[in-house]
Amino acid sequence: MLLIECPYCGERPEPEFVYGGQAHIVRPPQPQELSAQQWADFLYQRDNTRGVHAERWRHTHGCGRFFNALRDTTNDHFLATYKVGESPPTGLRVPR
Amino acid sequence: MRDLSAARSPPLVSANTTLRALAPATRYILRGGPHVRAAAEQALGTRVPGNACRAFVSGERAVLWLGPDEWLLISPQASAAAIAALLGAALKDLPHSLVDVSHRQIALSVTGPKASALLAAGCPLDLEADAFPVDMCTRTMLAKAEIVLWRTGTEEFRLEVWRSFAAYVSQFLDEAARGII
Amino acid sequence: MIASLRTLSGGRIERSRVLRFSFDGRAYLGCAGDTLASALLANGVHLMGRSFKYHRPRGVLAAGSEEPNALVAVYRDAGRYTPNLRATQVELYEGLEAQSQNRSPSLAFDFGAVNDVLAPFIPAGFYYKTFMWPRGAWQTLYEPRIRAAAGLGRAPLEADPDRYARRYAHCDVLVVGAGPAGLAAAAAAAAAGARVILCDEQCEFGGSLLADDAAAPQLVAGRPALQWITETRAALEANPRITLLPRTTAFGYFPHNLIGLNERLTDHLADPPGELPRERQWQVRAREVVLATGAIERPLVFPGNDRPGIMLAGAARTFLNRYGVLTGTRVVLVTAADAAYRAALELQQAGVFIAAIAEARTAGDSPCIEQARAAGIPVLTGATVLGTSGRRRVNSIRLARLKHGEVSETHTQPCDLVLMSGGFTPSVHLFSQSRGKLVWDARLQTFLPGAPAERVRSAGACRGVFALEAAVADGAATGAAAAREATDPSRTGVRPAAALSRGAPAADASSTPADGGPGFAGALPQPRGAHARAFVDWQNDVTTRDLALATREGFRSIEHIKRYTTTGMATDQGKTSNLNALGIVSRTLGKDIPQVGLTTFRPPYTPVTFGSFAGFARAQLFDPVRTTPMHDWAREHGAVFEDVGLWKRARYFPRGAEDMHAAVGRECLAVRNGCGIFDASTLGKIEVVGKDAVAFMNRLYVNSWTSLGVGRCRYGVLLRDDGFVYDDGVVARISEERFHVTTTTGGAPRVLAMMEDYLQTEWSELEVWLTSTTEQWAVIALQGPNARRVLAALIDIDIAAAVMPHMSVATGSICGVPMRLFRVSFTGELGFEVNVPADCGPAVWQAIWEAGQALGITAYGTETMHVLRAEKGYIIVGQDTDGTVTPEDAGLGWAIGKSKPDFVGKRSLQRPAMTSPDRRQLVGLLTADPATVLEEGAQVMAEAGARAPTRPLGHVTSSYYSAVLGRSIGMGLVSGGRARMGETLHVPTPSGDVPVQVAPSVFYDHTGARLNA
Repeated sequence: MLLIECPYCGERPEPEFVYGGQAHIVRPPQPQELSAQQWADFLYQRDNTRGVHAERWRHTHGCGRFFNALRDTTNDHFLATYKVGESPPTGLRVPR
Repeated sequence: MRDLSAARSPPLVSANTTLRALAPATRYILRGGPHVRAAAEQALGTRVPGNACRAFVSGERAVLWLGPDEWLLISPQASAAAIAALLGAALKDLPHSLVDVSHRQIALSVTGPKASALLAAGCPLDLEADAFPVDMCTRTMLAKAEIVLWRTGTEEFRLEVWRSFAAYVSQFLDEAARGII
Repeated sequence: MIASLRTLSGGRIERSRVLRFSFDGRAYLGCAGDTLASALLANGVHLMGRSFKYHRPRGVLAAGSEEPNALVAVYRDAGRYTPNLRATQVELYEGLEAQSQNRSPSLAFDFGAVNDVLAPFIPAGFYYKTFMWPRGAWQTLYEPRIRAAAGLGRAPLEADPDRYARRYAHCDVLVVGAGPAGLAAAAAAAAAGARVILCDEQCEFGGSLLADDAAAPQLVAGRPALQWITETRAALEANPRITLLPRTTAFGYFPHNLIGLNERLTDHLADPPGELPRERQWQVRAREVVLATGAIERPLVFPGNDRPGIMLAGAARTFLNRYGVLTGTRVVLVTAADAAYRAALELQQAGVFIAAIAEARTAGDSPCIEQARAAGIPVLTGATVLGTSGRRRVNSIRLARLKHGEVSETHTQPCDLVLMSGGFTPSVHLFSQSRGKLVWDARLQTFLPGAPAERVRSAGACRGVFALEAAVADGAATGAAAAREATDPSRTGVRPAAALSRGAPAADASSTPADGGPGFAGALPQPRGAHARAFVDWQNDVTTRDLALATREGFRSIEHIKRYTTTGMATDQGKTSNLNALGIVSRTLGKDIPQVGLTTFRPPYTPVTFGSFAGFARAQLFDPVRTTPMHDWAREHGAVFEDVGLWKRARYFPRGAEDMHAAVGRECLAVRNGCGIFDASTLGKIEVVGKDAVAFMNRLYVNSWTSLGVGRCRYGVLLRDDGFVYDDGVVARISEERFHVTTTTGGAPRVLAMMEDYLQTEWSELEVWLTSTTEQWAVIALQGPNARRVLAALIDIDIAAAVMPHMSVATGSICGVPMRLFRVSFTGELGFEVNVPADCGPAVWQAIWEAGQALGITAYGTETMHVLRAEKGYIIVGQDTDGTVTPEDAGLGWAIGKSKPDFVGKRSLQRPAMTSPDRRQLVGLLTADPATVLEEGAQVMAEAGARAPTRPLGHVTSSYYSAVLGRSIGMGLVSGGRARMGETLHVPTPSGDVPVQVAPSVFYDHTGARLNA
């Protein structure tokens, strides 16, 4: 049971959250203009990171908000959590 | 034609020295941005919390912060139409959502010196007074049910529970009370 | 009781409270404060178990939770039967019934012992090599036999009647272990004002000090150790911010400082109150953790080291000083560590004859040796052990000295107790579980906690600080530091900051070898060419030969050797065996121990009951049972319920002796010919409100919503962006900016989550908000040609066909109760769905029920609903679709708003694979024999007699008997199905192929005349 810092509610226990997959994958505004390959990449291609991973969580059984997190997959420690639309805090960046 | 408007059948819940069901109430979910909060505050004459996980009580009305754009309004059962009219007028020109959820959930009260110990059987939050002070409220989990937990006093919690989970929640607390209260 | 095996006084037992108990049916007497092991030893019983694989007679090795041999079952009744308990942890109570395990017919005579004779033929990994052929025999012959022969206790025969509780807890400092270091840590943290939880697996606090010799006590803070414990504990008890948990094992260390504790509440009671929980599992979130888990004495590895009467030196001390039990009369001590001499001297003080001490180390300069010799005990230095004898109890030991690999002298000593000690292994299990790094300490010859991965500190013997005063000081300093950090207001998060990487805390310099380490890891030397069998892992019966075999066969990684030989894999998690196994492998491979590596410690530290993990979640609390407002009515009217997700839904309402087939047939005809009433309250409902509500719905659902007028409804289809059907439901436009969206019963939470996802993360510019109203409304469906007549008399709005056509919505009231009335149909009949506030549901239902009596109103359930909708070819998402079905596949292409530039899933629908003519399409399937009802899930084949691996064309998704049609109907997903109309396909069944004809999926009222009546 991880302890996750919701950017709205503070540190809360994992049962209140639902994992939301990799973060910073934006739905293309004009899907019709994408090739089949580009669309497939958007739908299915995800990182499988050993190390820092940018991911989404939703505080479903709390404030209900989606937010982003940087988590080290090797030890489950969160480096930061931040609101949707925001960049990671200074000194951290989204791994690519 | 018969008038059945007063024939209400709220869900039955078990009760004990620590746990009891509270009276039916009027409830609305208000959603919208900061302007909505300000306008609602003015119309209701009740503070609408802008800070996370806080509840304000004014007379018989209470407003609970559930999310950054979501509040739960609780008032006596008879006041539903008045609240709707009041807010409807005040928020007429502001994008918002006001939805009646009076029957969606019921309220349970958990009181007494062992109240937090009892809730700790199923709630993963720290319920010590410094971590979960009076007037704090939040959605959370109690065992396998989502609840809104609101500390209304040092030894007094109000639980808002979706009606179909009410039996489970009350039975759970009844079972968990063994060896605690 | 054999009185002579008890000391005359002392110990922590209550000699005046005599308890009766039985072991394998034989009656014995013990004392309050005894464990089963100490009480049996006091009765002269050393033989307590048979080993796992070779069925060798075994006695206790240890006195605590590390015990690998004395596994027993405790019986209270058929449901209260707990196998695999360590006798050293079972607290004695009046009437305790214990049984030995893994023996047949009795402990003294066990047929399985033939395995010991066959041992040369069943080395490590033998069954990987032996039981290969014939292939089928594994399941029928080999595995059942192996399972019966090997193993531990049996499972109880009845359901466990006990209650189990759970509890979440939070604290500043959790201290694990209430020995000297742990007590000092808790006291220091408490003094600093921290919220502290202190737990210990034993029934009383004190740890190793409980085995202290009260006649010659060690001093802590100038006081006798036991007095210090009592005083420290009393001070902690008086502090309301401290929670003390004896009989509580910290069994697992999970991420972010979550520690699982199992508190045993009633196992020690003769007559446990049934209404109280037996165990309580705590999940503790600690800001800081102090591990004070102590150290475990290491056995020595020599031939015949597993006979009853051979035990750890410290165990004999514990039995002597804590329980007042003399474990032998003529004793030989074999040791490679100074600490064990204390056991010999204390036993001698108690009047036991110490025949000899075999000192495995060659350097004879330890002051302990002088002390022992001064006490008249012969000490043989540089000694090894060639073997022991004695069948159910050791009766002699062969000591020897070696010179250049040859025996230079031997001494055979008669004895009835052999004590051994290879030094102490710090108990780093929990630290390792926390993913902290272990580092090899060359001086102490053991692994110690290194850099932590969590906010955790180790104190005392578990980090190599063995000396009592040093351990107490270490505990106090560690407890204070933990409290300081836990209450630091600038502290954030659960991650140990870089500054917290406390490095490898070097073992305290003040620890002398006399206090614990260093010891000996590996096997005692044997003469060249000797092939004696010496046990390394007692619980899993792993010997030096098995380890040698593994390295000979090429295994090099300790992780592989562990799995091949199973060393360290028993429920004791290698507490007594890991380091010796490492030492042996390191010597065989010629590598240092740190290079050989260490296997992973895994939870649980000691076994935890299933009940503890289940907690409250059993029987009616296993899952929430969700019921609708009208549930009681349905129950009173004889409904048979089915589970739909967490909901209980009325499936059908049998009358008299009707079975489901008859009841459903009757209910179907009642709806088709008159009027049926159905509880649809479980359908998900979401109120979508805001000025951008239409735009939101347009982007999300496949349909076009702009053209939907206020007061009208539309059947909505929701896809994921991969183009597959995710959910469906009727959507009503209540006002310009308000939609009442319904979802499937199971889909309600996930559809709301999906909507929130798009709204919050993709389209945050839209001013629209969502509120779940699933439980706000009770939904009463009234379906059938008479529905309008039943309803009209109760409501205040006009529902004439011209005013309220199919797919419309209106607000009004029914019997004075506010109502949202939908004219919709999932049956193909004229139908309405009355939505009223949930608390009013039962009264309104009853009013409709009464009003409908004259018109033959009939209550129907979900099974009837399924048949009625199938007759009309209406799909159920999740039954007729499976996550790979597009709207076109399901025959819902008509719903798509073709002119919309985009909606969720649109782009995917244009992928070539999504438009292939071979896709599985939903079609009707009619059996040649109208009485045959297909099995849902059955495959559909092109050719008669075709079987796997021939690829099926598809499968049957829905199949029922239709009373109104007088025949069976079915639907299925069939490759290229719509181009196969009229074709005959084949559905294989256990009794042969059933030919089916492909047909349109609408079987009844093709024109929809009834719907629009």
